[in-house]
Amino acid sequence: MIINDPEKDQEIQANVRTVPGIITQRGCTYAGCRGVVLGPTRDILQIVHGPIGCSFYAWLTRRNQSAPAEGEGNFIPYSFSTDMQDENIVFGGEVKLKEAMREAFEMFSPKAIAIFSTCPVGLIGDDVHAVAREMKEELGINCFGFSCEGYRGVSQSAGHHIANNQIFKHVLGTDNPTRKGKFQVNLLGEYNIGGDAFEIERLFEEAGITLISSFSGNSTVESMAYAHIADLNMVMCHRSINYIAEMMEVKYGIPWIKVNFVGAKSAAKSLKKIAEYFGDAELTAKVDAIVEREMAKSEAVREAVKAKVEGKVAMMFVGGSRAHHYQDLFEELGIHVVSAGYEFAHRDDYEGRKVIPDIKIDADTRNIEELEVEKTEDAELWREDLVAKKAALEETGYTFADYEGMMPQMKKNSLVIDDINHWETEKLIEFYKPDVFCAGIKEKYVVQKFGIPLKQLHNYDAGGPYTCFEGAINFYYEMQRMLDTKIWKLVDAPWKSEPEIVGSMTIEA
Amino acid sequence: MFENAPIIKSTKEFTATRNACKLCAPLGASVAFKGIRGCVPIIHGSQGCATYIRRYLISHFKEPVDIASSNFTEEATVFGGGANCDRAITNVIGQYNPEVVALTTTCLSETIGDDVKMYIHDYKKNSELKDLPAFVTASTPSYQGSHMDGFHEAVGAAIKAFAKGGEKGTHINIFPGFVSTEDLRQLKYLLSDFGIEFVMLPDYSETLDNPIWNTYKRIPEGGTPVSAIETCGRAAASIEFGTILNSGALSGRVKNTKLSATGAEYLEKEFEVKNYRMPLPIGVKNTDRFFNVLEEISGKEMPIRYLTERGRLIDSYADGHKYIFGKKAVVYGEEDFVVAMTTFLDEIGVEVVLAATGGESGNLEDQIRANCPERGEQILAKNMFDYEKIREWCQENKPDLLVGNSKAYYIARELDIPIVRCGFPIHDRIGGQRIKHLGYAGTQDLFDQVVNTMIQYKQDHSPVGYKYM
Repeated sequence: MIINDPEKDQEIQANVRTVPGIITQRGCTYAGCRGVVLGPTRDILQIVHGPIGCSFYAWLTRRNQSAPAEGEGNFIPYSFSTDMQDENIVFGGEVKLKEAMREAFEMFSPKAIAIFSTCPVGLIGDDVHAVAREMKEELGINCFGFSCEGYRGVSQSAGHHIANNQIFKHVLGTDNPTRKGKFQVNLLGEYNIGGDAFEIERLFEEAGITLISSFSGNSTVESMAYAHIADLNMVMCHRSINYIAEMMEVKYGIPWIKVNFVGAKSAAKSLKKIAEYFGDAELTAKVDAIVEREMAKSEAVREAVKAKVEGKVAMMFVGGSRAHHYQDLFEELGIHVVSAGYEFAHRDDYEGRKVIPDIKIDADTRNIEELEVEKTEDAELWREDLVAKKAALEETGYTFADYEGMMPQMKKNSLVIDDINHWETEKLIEFYKPDVFCAGIKEKYVVQKFGIPLKQLHNYDAGGPYTCFEGAINFYYEMQRMLDTKIWKLVDAPWKSEPEIVGSMTIEA
Repeated sequence: MFENAPIIKSTKEFTATRNACKLCAPLGASVAFKGIRGCVPIIHGSQGCATYIRRYLISHFKEPVDIASSNFTEEATVFGGGANCDRAITNVIGQYNPEVVALTTTCLSETIGDDVKMYIHDYKKNSELKDLPAFVTASTPSYQGSHMDGFHEAVGAAIKAFAKGGEKGTHINIFPGFVSTEDLRQLKYLLSDFGIEFVMLPDYSETLDNPIWNTYKRIPEGGTPVSAIETCGRAAASIEFGTILNSGALSGRVKNTKLSATGAEYLEKEFEVKNYRMPLPIGVKNTDRFFNVLEEISGKEMPIRYLTERGRLIDSYADGHKYIFGKKAVVYGEEDFVVAMTTFLDEIGVEVVLAATGGESGNLEDQIRANCPERGEQILAKNMFDYEKIREWCQENKPDLLVGNSKAYYIARELDIPIVRCGFPIHDRIGGQRIKHLGYAGTQDLFDQVVNTMIQYKQDHSPVGYKYM
């Protein structure tokens, strides 16, 4: 927990184990791997190897959208499980897993099958990787496994890393088509919740930017296989996907930049940054025209809504990047973010990538494989042109492979808290009395019992999209609805009737 | 997005489960433990178990649901979870000062063979705290049975932990099973109207459906006090809703050692408390059965209010039958829920064509035949079904109506079959936790909903657009 001072380098404790018995927002490694990173991909048939609960709980709860073409495979509406029983725990579940894969292949003819391990799988010693190799041979399609047992790692973040590794090892670079467009990019760490990726894709298409692959909103395994033909990687959610961006740069020489399409101004900035990278006059003109047109629309709404909500106070505790990205939208409305934090982020997501060399490697991090990636030996795949482009642009002050983290953007004296627990949530609400609280479903009804509206920033409460300009407009209106509603007047919050006893805190506006 | 999902026409049994029609045992146990006053459940396993289960319950109940976790690390997985268990208990006591700490196990802790009972024994012995809470544990690995098995296991565990014998009283025990918070409230009103003293276990009618508060309550009010559970062994009788209960978990080693008993079974065996076991009181016939038992136990007559409710219900059957008679319905969900709902639909002339559950007891067919004597033979009753099997079956057999929780919505949408949402979980409507199912009043609500759903379907598909149906 830190009282923020953007002018100083402050060290926050993050990505450390949650204490047993403390009610945390965090999920498990399996959730990060199956639910977050692989979940939004539509045509990898995903079998959860384990008892039934884990598979069921990850069944379409994240509201990822996908747009398959007519007749194209789409397994997002499914939750496959080997539904392990007593006898599988005692005698092993590999036979059942293979049988499940065979019949899945026969019935659904998927392009790839992924296997996700749950806690008991690691304990009884089922080797999902050996099964994957054997079935890849037998079925003639790509099969790969994830050792993402829930007890590994500190949080879902471990699962993200495991997912990145396996995708990089088993999928990325397995196909080699010709170029698909003049300006080829990948979008990493955008999961198309509530249709967020569709908004971004629409603008790319209009500008003439070719989205090769997305990791992993609205994505296909096919596009992931040839993602290495891109000219630029863009990272949205730094926490969950920076590993692939880094590994692609080492192997293929493709540079990456941090982008953020949440918030109209940030979206405009990100679009312009892409145009600047390619340095093409026509592209730049198109992007500028789009930004000007879209900004005019969103600005009109922003001004109208800002007049009603300006000066309100928000808190947000969510994710590994959303608690940062959404601050842009609140800033645009003149709403003060007095306290924020992530659920499962690491120090670099708070303090910036500059601290990475100083992060201590603990036992929990050590048990996740760190891939040894080397420069590709295939001269045609190594992008010397991009390496040169990067070097030239860096001279002009263009920043690559950098994320400065959440804390520099936050106001002095705002409170930054990692892995906030239930008890702290209650205390902070009483202290700050915020007008709106952003978190997820698990916190929603706790916060609302205090008479404060909660906006879910994981799955958007059936709302969204919130990216780019149309998304910003949606969000502005959503804030107006939430902050302007009459129903909270019926709720007697404790501090409305009790005398003020707590002190105050100065946030420099 | 669902429309693109392929329809597989296969008669072969599928080894893997595709969209399971059941949840895992610790979820059921957590719900049951939430119905004990002042109780904080701890799930002994990975933190993901508690997080996922909380998320699922919170989305249904739309309430804070605090469930702690012992947050297994890789180290705990190798060397045992004792230290984590201790810390979790200490922290829960420190934060909540609970009356009861309830531990449920998971696949993880069961597979490594953690002995939670011993941990608690040691904890009590070593603790320096003066007033320790009461403890209860349930063995609920997800690879044995479904969430219903976990639910009944937890109820049984609480009874075994707390119930005491002694001189018989006049009160009764009521074991309602996994029903809605509104159902629990209705049962309490009903028993009070009857003038019967009772202990209901579990009772999460308040704990999982709170009013708005003016001060935040870390542990919500309500629930069955341990002091009340202690008296269960002295009750005049038990009424237990459900005829299948936790027989799903009784496969493999559990079946061979007969470890599991329901609360009412245990009380009958240990303290000779007569157990009246019956299907959930949904529909006139099954509610009559319930009232007959109440009259028998109490020696009192059904209060006039309920007699009128019953009469009004039958009157509405007469008013509404033409819209629903002969319609073909698919019922799905938990086993005892499916049995009761099928019996009710059968009673009002809806032809249940498929009664399906992910439950594993193997008793569904027998129970449906026993409860629907006229048509039972024609109802396809299936244990261990998943939603994809239901979907494939619907694709081929084109039923008129789906009755069950919101997870089959995708089938309803794709095949244009109207759906009546009831049971658990309801994640796509508000008020799912308040749906009334039980008694004459609950049946009345369900009946109106079934009829209106059919009317709306007819209306929506009519070229004329009648507003006079």
